[in-house]
Amino acid sequence: MDDVQNQIIITVTGKDKVGIVANVSNYLAKFKVNIEDIKQTIMQDSFVMIMLCDIKDMSVSFKEFKDGILELSNELKMEIWVQKKDIFDKMHTV
Amino acid sequence: MSNFNQQQILQTIEMIKVHNLDIRTVTLSLSLRDCASTSTHTTAAKIYDKILKYSKNLVEYANEIENMYSIPIVNKRIALTPISIVGEACEDIDYVYLAQTIDKAAHEVGVDFIGGFSALVDKGFTKGDLKFFEQIPDALASTKKLCSSVNLGTSKAGINMDAVLKTADVIKKCAFLTKDEASIACAKFVCFCNAVTDNPFMAGAFCGINEPECALNIGVSGPGVISSAIENLDIKADLGIVGETIKKMAFKITAAGELIGRKLAQKLDIPFGIIDLSLAPTPKKGDSIAEIFKAMGLEQAGAPGTTLALAMLNDSVKKGGIMASNYVGGLSGAFIPVSEDSGMIEAVEKGSLTIDKLEAMTSVCSVGLDMIAIPGDTKNTTIAGIIADEMAIGMINKKTTAVRIIPAIGKNVGDSVEFGGLLGHAPVMKVNEFNNDIFVNRAGRVSAPLHSLNN
Repeated sequence: MDDVQNQIIITVTGKDKVGIVANVSNYLAKFKVNIEDIKQTIMQDSFVMIMLCDIKDMSVSFKEFKDGILELSNELKMEIWVQKKDIFDKMHTV
Repeated sequence: MSNFNQQQILQTIEMIKVHNLDIRTVTLSLSLRDCASTSTHTTAAKIYDKILKYSKNLVEYANEIENMYSIPIVNKRIALTPISIVGEACEDIDYVYLAQTIDKAAHEVGVDFIGGFSALVDKGFTKGDLKFFEQIPDALASTKKLCSSVNLGTSKAGINMDAVLKTADVIKKCAFLTKDEASIACAKFVCFCNAVTDNPFMAGAFCGINEPECALNIGVSGPGVISSAIENLDIKADLGIVGETIKKMAFKITAAGELIGRKLAQKLDIPFGIIDLSLAPTPKKGDSIAEIFKAMGLEQAGAPGTTLALAMLNDSVKKGGIMASNYVGGLSGAFIPVSEDSGMIEAVEKGSLTIDKLEAMTSVCSVGLDMIAIPGDTKNTTIAGIIADEMAIGMINKKTTAVRIIPAIGKNVGDSVEFGGLLGHAPVMKVNEFNNDIFVNRAGRVSAPLHSLNN
């Protein structure tokens, strides 16, 4: 079973372009973050990708990982949010 | 096996990013009962050490949790045992020195505010309380982060009218001592009827004498989330649907707060206390209680119907929030401060919102007349009368009420006072100046109301 404490949601939004998925997944692989599920759509002309990832074996601290991904978001000119998954479960389930 | 709901994730991000959903405060409640001694300096040293011991990691850990969930924790605060009690045994008591020591500790651990420079005098004063009252103005004028509160009445004990008069004097002295800084000391002082012992919000947070050694209390905020949900409703949606919509959003806001609170308490290795089912505004556009009234269909806060709109809002927030946490407490309700809410300021400036209407509104919400600037030359007896009326609403309706009022020295109706930061700015409001001297100077103790005899 997945341990929910190790699950994070990465949300990438912005203008669609070549290489978004590749860049983000490369970054995740570099730090041993496992992708468990991906959904992507186009909403109101905007690219939206949501990834469910497991950080059990992550090789850096959460802060370092997140700081790095924010840098990546600047490079890609995409908005990237990284959040522990349990907040969504808690907020949307009675 | 994995699952996630795209819609829920995007909605959450929108709530945080667009509608200013945040955790208003994580407040560490800390008992100082073991810090009492017969010397001011020993007591001060014990208080300082205890604050540092328990809260040295508070800000760092709160920032860490904030980062993990990408949800802002706006303020980190500490609430202490009422200092009038802690200092009372000192033979050489100097409450101002205690205040300055506490303020120093607050700076040291990096919290935004520290509360509990307080006294509970609803039924009368002890000798220590009397000395304490005398020293409140100097204490607040010589500190930055310290907040002070006094409880002047309860539904069980009645109202201490002597204390109401003293409180009016304290407010005026606070205003004078800090007249060059917009009378800021008054913004850090609040008086209550039925003060609660686990309130995470300032200026009134203190650690009640019935509270455990320490606990983490949470206050959430998200008026923008509520107003946008109502704006999205059909203009003809009936008030039942409006209430239901508020309930659903309040659940989500509270659930987020509960999760963050529990995670932080766990990390700090202290018990989770309560979550306050609150909607606290900030001066930022889109983070306003008054905008909720507009979304409901009122031109301005204060228009006829506002009291019902607030009553519905307050009740629906509780109904939705209660499902999201087992431990609900604090003040729990919508706040209606004037200076901290851009929509309320606008309503005052446009002439829609008066002190009288605000007083009516306080009978159906948490908490009271909050962050209201009045002319600096307002008589002490007028201020005492305003406080007394608010205390009466609390006592009779068995609810918490409060007054945090700022006589802005040198300013008159039409002027504006700038406090800065979360405290915002306030237009100076007109007060009723008809004479009440004989009435309030009768002083004494207003006996407990009939409904206090419920055993």
